[in-house]
Amino acid sequence: MSDAAPDAPLARTPLFDAHRALGAKIVEFGGWEMPVSYRGIIEEHRAVRTAAGLFDVSHMGEIEVLGPHAAATCQRLTTNDVRNLANGHVQYTLLCREDGGVVDDVTLYRIDDQRYFFCVNASNIAKDLAWIEEHAGEATIVDRSAVTALVALQGPAATAILQTLTPLGPDALQRFQFARADVAGLPALISRTGYTGEDGFEIYVDAQHAVTLWNALMEAGRPEGLEPIGLGARDTLRLEAALPLYGHELDDQTSPLAAGLARWVKLDGEDFLGRSALRHETEQGAPRRLVGLAMRGSGIARQGYPVLFEGAPVGIVTSGTMSPTTGGAIALAYVSSALAAAGTTLAVEVRGRPVPAEVVPTPFYRRVRAAQPVGPASSASEVSEASPSETGDEPTTEPAASDVAPAAAPGSTTVAVATPTEDTAESVHIPGEGER
Amino acid sequence: MQVPETLRYSEEHEWVLVADGVATIGITDHAQEELGDIVFVELPAIGTVLTKAATLGVVESVKAVSDVYAPVGGTVTTINEQLTAKPETINEDPYGAGWMVKVTLTDASEVDGLMTATQYREFVTQEKE
Repeated sequence: MSDAAPDAPLARTPLFDAHRALGAKIVEFGGWEMPVSYRGIIEEHRAVRTAAGLFDVSHMGEIEVLGPHAAATCQRLTTNDVRNLANGHVQYTLLCREDGGVVDDVTLYRIDDQRYFFCVNASNIAKDLAWIEEHAGEATIVDRSAVTALVALQGPAATAILQTLTPLGPDALQRFQFARADVAGLPALISRTGYTGEDGFEIYVDAQHAVTLWNALMEAGRPEGLEPIGLGARDTLRLEAALPLYGHELDDQTSPLAAGLARWVKLDGEDFLGRSALRHETEQGAPRRLVGLAMRGSGIARQGYPVLFEGAPVGIVTSGTMSPTTGGAIALAYVSSALAAAGTTLAVEVRGRPVPAEVVPTPFYRRVRAAQPVGPASSASEVSEASPSETGDEPTTEPAASDVAPAAAPGSTTVAVATPTEDTAESVHIPGEGER
Repeated sequence: MQVPETLRYSEEHEWVLVADGVATIGITDHAQEELGDIVFVELPAIGTVLTKAATLGVVESVKAVSDVYAPVGGTVTTINEQLTAKPETINEDPYGAGWMVKVTLTDASEVDGLMTATQYREFVTQEKE
């Protein structure tokens, strides 16, 4: 039941001792010693859905792209259209190889026309840095991962909590926008992004300020029910929101099109690494698709379990868990495109036994927010190792009307497992759907 | 970590209570603590003959799937059906309502090979180091 000691020394974030002091259970994750839970995954999950949670995601990487050629370099490196990215906006995007495989899914921040930075998955920092440097062209690349701390404040109470610590107004940021502002008197970059399916913020500070920031947020959030959240609940939250996780839904051999990320692949924009391969795939049609599954029999699908149709293997599970919000077992899986329609009955082989599973629309959980009169729809999720994706793009340019969540009472939520909702095949699997 | 004196323990973190040739088996407080929230339990069919160290069942937490091994050999006479609907019972009461199966012992002397409470406490302490 205990993990074997790894050979290589594990990295720690500046908040490691703070996690210990909070009684966190620590696990190895992608070369890091990270908190998997504090009071229990299910309790933490519910805190984020109903109040707020604070996550240490300092293990994620920050890689700057600087200089007069920064925009051109970012464009060549990423599938989304950098021309759509305004100052102070964030874009969910992908680094792809020439063959279309995903190097990483990331968020790209534009500070100004000569300063951009990528927020990348922790387990991919070295690979991404090498890839970005190889394709840097005339731009200057600076890895600030080791000197940057990142915490995520997520949940319906996130805005109220942050307000007590920053001069930045509550309406200053739309989803997928960011600004520099003090938080608890510390210089910070506040980004309205996340990887949970809830509203919230990701806050970047110098690593030396991480503990002060963390303690100030915990203190300020106590009256609102803020809880520290480990990687365990981070995973169940992102899975309910159907946000992809690198190493599960995405890898070097998987194209973003199969993963349902076409919205963040701008084949008709400027050229980028992987475009011709992805164009070809679009013309041919992807042989497999990522789908959401709701288990209809007794058993939990887990990564690597075979997916069956009439007894024959037709796919593989990439992530699966018992959903704390719905109480049912949910999963993401790649299946033959012909079997990807919602309502299709498949099975997942659980320890040699086929357990019925139905293809359902994703996300499994969708936050319903008050209708906002204006405002670019951004979406979101974040990126990381567990955190991939959020989606946000097009903060200003494209209407994205097709994925605006229906208006509903503020604070209410809907749960979509098993009951096909307004979601259509069109929006199946868009990371960040839950965020709009 | 609770380790009742009246039970015997395996290195795989199962406990055994023997009375009149029947062994009640579950997982320890330490095991449930390490697993975290248990959300699914799979138990053997009644009548299954288990040899010592055979897979007795499966417990799944939110994050992980763990096999449970038979600490002693025997024939399954009763299973704790309540765990199907309420798997979290193992977290709440691992040595009581969270028991998993009862077996009639094949070889009562196998129990002697299990750890006492004192030995198990030491074993867990060493495992953590």
